[in-house]
Formats: sequence, structure tokens, C-alpha cells
Amino acid sequence: MKKLLFFFLVTIVGLTLLGRVFYLQIIKGDTYKLKSELNAVKSIYDIPERGFIYDRDGDLMVANQVAYDIMMTPKDVKKFDTLQLCDLLQMDKTRLMSKMDDAKKWSWQKGSVIVPQLTQEEYAPLQEKLRKFPGFYAQKRSLRKYMVDHSASVLGYIREVSPEKIRKDPRYQSGDLSGKAGIELQYEQELRGKKGVKHFIRDHYGRAVESYENGRYDTIPNSGLDLTVTLDNDLQAYAELLMKNKRGGIVAIEPQSGEILTLVTAPYYDPALLMGRDRSKNSVLIFNDTIKKPGVNRALQAEYAPGSPFKVINALVGLQEGVITTTEKLRCNHGYDYGGRKPLGCHSHKSPLALNTGIAESCNSYFAQVYRRIIEKGDTPEDGMDNWNRHVTSFGLGDYLGYDLPVGRAGLIPDGKYYSSRYKYKWYAPTTISNAIGQGEVITTPIQLANMTAAIANRGYFYRPHIIKAIDGDPIDNPDYTVKNYTTVDARHFEPVVEGMTAVYKTGTAKYAQIPGIEICGKTGTVENFVKIDGKRTQLTDHSVFIAFAPKDNPKIAIAVFVENGYWGSRYAAKIASLLIEKHIKGEITRKDLEEYLLTHSLEYEYEKQYSGEPFEINPRVDQGLIKPESNTLNP
Amino acid sequence: MGIGDKPKFDVYIILIYLALLLIGWLTIYSAAQVSQYHGILDMDQLYGKQILWIGLAFLIISFILAMDVKFFERFGSIIYIISLLSLLGLFVFGKELNGAKSWYSLSSMTLQPSEFAKAATALAVAKFLSGINISLNNTKDLLLVGLIIALPALFIIPQPDPGSALVYGAFFFALYREGLSLWYLSLVLVAIGLFLGTLVLGTWWIAFIIFIAMGIIYTLSRKRRHKKRLPKPRAVLFLIISGICVLYSLSTNYIFNNLLEDRHRNRIDIVLGRVEDNQGVGYNINQSVIAVGSGGLTGKGLLEGTQTQGGFVPEQETDFIFSAIGEEWGFLGSALVIILFMSLCYRLTIMAERQKSQFARIYGYSVAGIFFIHFFVNIGMVLGLLPTVGIPLPFMSYGGSGLWGFTILLFIFVKLDGHRMSYEH
Repeated sequence: MKKLLFFFLVTIVGLTLLGRVFYLQIIKGDTYKLKSELNAVKSIYDIPERGFIYDRDGDLMVANQVAYDIMMTPKDVKKFDTLQLCDLLQMDKTRLMSKMDDAKKWSWQKGSVIVPQLTQEEYAPLQEKLRKFPGFYAQKRSLRKYMVDHSASVLGYIREVSPEKIRKDPRYQSGDLSGKAGIELQYEQELRGKKGVKHFIRDHYGRAVESYENGRYDTIPNSGLDLTVTLDNDLQAYAELLMKNKRGGIVAIEPQSGEILTLVTAPYYDPALLMGRDRSKNSVLIFNDTIKKPGVNRALQAEYAPGSPFKVINALVGLQEGVITTTEKLRCNHGYDYGGRKPLGCHSHKSPLALNTGIAESCNSYFAQVYRRIIEKGDTPEDGMDNWNRHVTSFGLGDYLGYDLPVGRAGLIPDGKYYSSRYKYKWYAPTTISNAIGQGEVITTPIQLANMTAAIANRGYFYRPHIIKAIDGDPIDNPDYTVKNYTTVDARHFEPVVEGMTAVYKTGTAKYAQIPGIEICGKTGTVENFVKIDGKRTQLTDHSVFIAFAPKDNPKIAIAVFVENGYWGSRYAAKIASLLIEKHIKGEITRKDLEEYLLTHSLEYEYEKQYSGEPFEINPRVDQGLIKPESNTLNP
Repeated sequence: MGIGDKPKFDVYIILIYLALLLIGWLTIYSAAQVSQYHGILDMDQLYGKQILWIGLAFLIISFILAMDVKFFERFGSIIYIISLLSLLGLFVFGKELNGAKSWYSLSSMTLQPSEFAKAATALAVAKFLSGINISLNNTKDLLLVGLIIALPALFIIPQPDPGSALVYGAFFFALYREGLSLWYLSLVLVAIGLFLGTLVLGTWWIAFIIFIAMGIIYTLSRKRRHKKRLPKPRAVLFLIISGICVLYSLSTNYIFNNLLEDRHRNRIDIVLGRVEDNQGVGYNINQSVIAVGSGGLTGKGLLEGTQTQGGFVPEQETDFIFSAIGEEWGFLGSALVIILFMSLCYRLTIMAERQKSQFARIYGYSVAGIFFIHFFVNIGMVLGLLPTVGIPLPFMSYGGSGLWGFTILLFIFVKLDGHRMSYEH
């Protein structure tokens, strides 16, 4: 027995150790192999250059520039003059210290970012002096360079990827930049390119010692694809200029292709604000402003009642359903009494009137009767409503439209069920009469209105609006954007309505915005709107709306302009639309008077009213927004 | 057979010795990470120096084998005393390396006397126990032999080198073979078990387990005593033992938190999985386990291990050399080394058992025990089974003192064994 104990112990221990190496090397071998590779293989990524963005004429809008991250490696830092460094980096001492602590916690050997993304101009004064601070250095990286100072909202911006995105998509690493909004986000895949990678064997200090497997797994970077977008750089700049000191959205579409020529939201900002060292400060100013909301793209996301331009749709549906003819005259008695508490008001014009004059004069009574007939044609109001809804939505209203930008709203086109669930008791066409004139339950976004206008310009079809024109020089052939979407209204019914829209310019509500030499078809709108002030529903000055396309035959541009609280349609929106049409078609501006009005009038006084805390007047007879004219750099 | 017959040295043990030396040197060679290669005799590199140490070891072997076999028994006590003095001298003349004052410095060479003290102590223990009228049942003799073993250990601990001191526990096997009760070992094992158990499970669970276990043992022993005529087990005694165990368990946290140093606490925490800190105190073990595990079945090949070549495992030429073997030689290599060490222990026991003289047998068992402890603790540590204890892997770890110490330890026994037929007490 005494001879055996030692034998026994050696056997037990020996087998235990054998079992352990078996477990580590045979059973878990692959796991540890992977771990040792993670340990030993250092992958250095080669970030490709992000694709450029060009406008439809080949003007460069977004390029790249070299930028610098100020880095620090804790192990190399020696004693330094904190105050001097704070002064140099323009950051306060506590912030610098907390950044340095974070860096030390993360790694003693590797560098951490202390100040990210300095532009070349911001970095230049640092360059020399930084050498006095061992452990601090600058690391080059590529950032966006904006060649334009407009279109920030539609171009979007890039940011360091979020940890969630890194988890979801293994192609991203911490510190990578990716599109966060607009075109940059929508076409991230194309713009991003493919990273190159070099693998090195490293030692335990993290130093690269030699190439891993002789570079068998290394790849070279593929730079991002250049995009050509449908925007017109000049038009875009001019539209933003005209929208200065106003709020609202503009969308212009080329009807023959569905290409978005202009997409402007106001207030706007310089895209370069979201770059460089002040970008976080600026992004707070932009995205946290809940009053002006410059971070919201009103052209895509603002849902307004469409107002009178919607009458055109009711006219088309009325003709299609055969409830009116082009010649039938309807009476207007300064309004239409549909049996409600008070009649639907109308301004003074000659009466009775037919379709053409109805559109030109934007007669509320006329369209109330047309709408009523459409709804009452159904066996029940619900049926009539559903049928009306079918026609209206065929114009792309009440839907996201499916364009290639990452934000949007559906708006609302009500159907029978909508009212049945809303009203306890039976309802009839007059209950919903406001829809006749584009108030009531109907809401739309500017891009929907522009698309609707394009469908009218095309006499019955539209291409889905889109912003992409070519990728890497190859024109797109995406069937989403190259297939016609037909409306439910026959082509023959469009001509009389188009005539009516021509009359708007010739004799009607927008006759002061005529452009010599161009036959424009349009429709004004003056949209009542309300806000809650201290819980009380309060009416504000009407929104100024205008839709138009031109030329009448073979249209080149369809446009929707929405100016918040601009009062009637031709006070602001029609002027802007006319100027943009002229610029697009003629390439120059002859109606300098219109331009001057827009450049010398600000609506800020309107926007301040609701916050003044005092009772205020709305819909001022005279525009009180006169400001000092500013030099127009685009059309001097 | 009479005196003067030609000695027969054990071939197996010499082959095992040479095999371990060879594998060890190849691994040191591989782990060196040289930037410029100047041949294997490059004295700026560890592998070059190790060749020199191995050469000197062979010289030492020839001396030992050529000496009069009686020398070791006769001068055992003196060798032991010299060895103790050399350990004490460290406190005055010692040179500090890696925070421990365990070395004598002779110009460019350093010597670590604790590596030689093992052999000296083994000789002293063997000599003392083989004396006339010495019995382990005699308390005075037991205390004396305990003192012989404990003295060098006590001198080594404050250097500080507690790992090397631990090795002196190996003498238990020799004492056990000579009649020491197994209870002593059991007591130590139970104490360690309770200590670790408390750290992992907490005092209440341990107390619960103790009482259940005691209850079971008590009932069993009541049943069995009729057959074997054992004394009647007394419930009070069991209760007292349980109580002591629980008290000990309660004091564990105190011992752990107050008597142990931070680094010891950390090492224990890492192995028990109470703390995970792969960048800090757990770095060494974590990297060495990765190195071994990534070796797979056949290993990455000599000079191909990414962990070894990248120097991820600190001390990979010395205490952690097994990690490099595991990575570059794979399961086949690691198993070979483990089997070689098992064979070394088996062979030493067989040889010890065939000794006619008590002196040689005790010495043989001491040698076997020392190698066993080194083998178990070192590889167990590299594989993450035991806390980090800085002791070398015999014949493989880089270092002259270690190599010579182990060589002397082993070859004195080879010499004794070779003369076992002619050797008279």
C-alpha cells in the first residue's frame, strides 16, 4: 500500500494534465486558435475615398478633403503645460483631462482621439506647436468637402458609425464614417466603397512585425462610386436664396422623367456647419431647435393641407366620373351653403362660372358642388368617398411615394371607413365638404404636390420622383423610376383642366406673376392653419401655396412651393414658382421685380407672432415684412 | 557481489533526462525571437547560453558518476549545512533579480542557491532517517526531520520566493514511504480544500457540506466498527471536528484578505474564476492558455507559434516554457512531455524501491517527490489549473542554476542506484 500511493498520485496528476491539454487543444482548439489569431494578427484598414456627388449638369457638389484627428498615446505623454495645450486645442481643462482619462482606460499603448475632425484650416496653427507635446500627434483622415453652401438637408451628412451599426454590419469599424441623412445615407452602399485590409503578425506590444501569410488575405481598397444626382445646382441655390427668411418647402420635378430638379427646405443651413470641430455644437443648434426646425426637411416631411391646388384634382375626378361637363355653369353667391352652421365662403368674382373660370378664380362654391356630386354619386356616402379616394390616391397622394430619400410622410387622403369610424352617426357629403377645397382632412407634403403637378403636366401619368441620375457614370435603369404610373383619370379630361390652370396665369389669381414668353399652368392656394396657444386653438396667417408646370405643351418642370404663413398664394409662392420656372427654362431672370420683392421681404415677423404672448392680427392686408435688400450674388 | 564491481547506471532514466533536455532546448531556441541569427552558440541569446549550461551539466554528471559513492552519505550533513549558509548569505550578498533576492552574482553569471538546496536537503533527510534508532513514530525524530526540511524553506520564503519553498512539501512522499501516517497529508489536503471551497461557495455552504459529510462518516463508522472492532465513534468528537472545520472556514476570509498579499490573492482569484482580468493580473494565464489551446493536435510548428514568436506569454523561456511547447508542438508534443515526466516519476519510484540501503531509498523517493511537485505545479499553472507559482519545469526551463540543481539531484541518485548491488550501509 505504501509503495502504491505515489504511483497512484503521479497517475492521477498525469491523467489530469493530459485531460486538460486534450480539452484545450483538441476540444477547444479552434476557439483558442481564433483567439491567438485575434491576438497576433493586426489588421490595418485602408479606408477608401468616398464617392463624389455631382449635380445633373456635372457640377461638383460634394468632394473630400483631408482632415486631422488630434490623437494621444498615453505611454508617450510626458509632463506638459496643461494651460498651453488647452489654449492650443481650444478646450477647457476638465474636458481635456476627462478625455485623457478615457484614453488611458482604453489603452496605454494605442492612440485615442482627443479632438476629432479638424479641417485643414483648423489644424494649420496646431501643426508646429503640437510637437512640443510628446504623446500628442495628428492623424490624417478623409472628410467631406462641400463645394456648395446650400442643399444641406438633401445632401445629408456623415458621422462616425454608432455602436449599434457596427454590431449589425461587420463591414463597419469603430471610427468609420457613414451617411447619417439625405443622399449620404440613402446611397451609403455606393458612396462608401470597399475597404482594403492588410494583415500583419504583431507582437505583444501591438507592433506589426511581418506580413501575415505573405499577404494572401490582403485586399486593396475600392474607392466609392461617384453619384450624379438629378438636382440642378443653380436652381437649388437660387431656390434657397428666394426662401431666405421664410419657412416652407419647394420641390421641382422634371415631369418627363420624374427627376427631382429642386428640393429645398427652409430654414436651411450651410452643409459645412456639420463638419469640423464645431460640428457637435452646430448639430445641437440645428437638430434641437424645436421652433424653426431646420433639421426637418419640410419638402419631404411637412404635412400641410394642400389648399386650392387640390381643387384641380377634384375637377379631374369630377370630369372622369362624369358629374360635370366643361361647359356647365354653377352659381356662386359669395359662398356655398351646404347646410352647415355657416356657408363655405368665397371671394367676389363673376357668377355663374364654368370649369375654366372656376379654376382661374379658384371658386370655392364651384368645387364644393363638384365634390358633393362626386361623393353623392356613390350608393352611400362611403362608396362615393372610397371611389373619390381611389382617384385621388392614383396621383401619388396619401402615400410615401417611394422616392429615394430616407425621410418622408404619407400625408392623408381619407376614405369612407375613415369617416365611418370617426363619426358616431350617419354622415353625408357635406360633412366632408372642406375636402373640396383642399382643407379639411386632406393633408399632403410638398413633394406629393409636385408629383401631382407632374402627373397633370403629363396628362395622366407620373414617374416616381427620384434623386439619383447616374451611379459611377452609368445612368440608372431601376424600373422603380423608369416605369410610368398611370392615374385613374383619362388623358382627355386633362386638357380642359390644364386650360384652366393657364387661365390662372393669364386672367386669374396669379396674373401678376406671368413670365413673358413662357406659357405657365398653375394654381394658387391660400391655406388656413391653426396652432394651439396655451391650449386655445388659434388661427395663424394663411400659408401661401402654389403649384405650376411649364411650358404648357411639352412640360419641362413641375413645381410645388409652400411658404408658411405667407398669406395668399400669389403673395409669395407664385412669385417663387414663376422665378424658378423662368430660371430653369430661360436660364435668366427677367422678372426682377418679383425677385426683388422676395429678397426684400422676410416672414420672420409672422413666425414670431404666436410666441409674442399678445393678441395678434393675422392675414395682414399689407405685407409688413420689408427688410433691407441684400445683394443677390447669384443674379447680380 | 563485492565492492569494486562495475556500476550499472539506469539507461531509461538517462534517456528520459536527455529527451527532456533536447525538447527544452529546442523550445528555448524557438522562443528566443532573434532579430539577427548568429548560430546556435550565440552567447547573447538564451539558447546559446543554455547550450553552455548543458555542457557544464554534463561535466557535473561526469564528476558525480566518477566520485566515490560513499561521499554523498558521509558528507550529507555538511553539504546541507553549507547549503543553508549559502541561503542565509543571500540576505547579505544576494543580488536582486525580478524583485527577489535569490541570486549570487559572479561577474556575468548568476547562481541561485535554492536550486541546489533541494538536493542538499534530500541528502540530509536521507542521512538522518537512515540513522540507527531513528523512527518517525518517535515525536522527537519527527520534529527533527521536519526541522531539516523546514529550515531551507523558511530561508527561501522571505527572499521572497514562496514557490521554491513549496517544493519542500515533496519530502512528504519520502516520509510517508518510511512510515509517516497518511493523516498528515489528509489534514493538509482538507485544509486547502476548505480554504478554496470557502472562497468559491462561501462559509454557509461549506458548513452545510461539513455537517452532512460528518454525519455520513459517523453513521458509516458506527456500522463498520462491529466488523473491524474499531473503537466506538463518539458523536461529540465529530461535532468538535466539524466545529473546528467551520471555524477554520470562517477564518478563511480573514486569512485571504489580511494575511495573503495582493498578488497571491489575485492569482487565486484568477484560477477560481472569481475575477476575470485578462489585461491585468490574469494576462499571463490567459495568454498561456490561448497559446497552448491554439496548438491544436499537431501544433503550429517550431518557430511558427504566433503567441510564442510574438512574445505574448511572459517568462515563456523559463516558468512558462510549457506554453511554447503546447503551441508549437501541439497535443502530441504536450502529451509527450507529460508522459516523459510521468515516466520519470514512475522510473524513480521503481528505482527507489529496488534500493537495498534505506539511505538510497529515502533519497530516491525525495528526488521523485521533488520532480513530481515541479511537474505538477508548473504544468498545472501553465494550463490554468493552479495559481501562478514561479517554479521551473525541470530540465526544460531556461537557467543554469535550475538545470544544474536538478541534474545534481537526479544523478546522485543515478550514482547511488548504479552501485546498489555493491553499496553497503
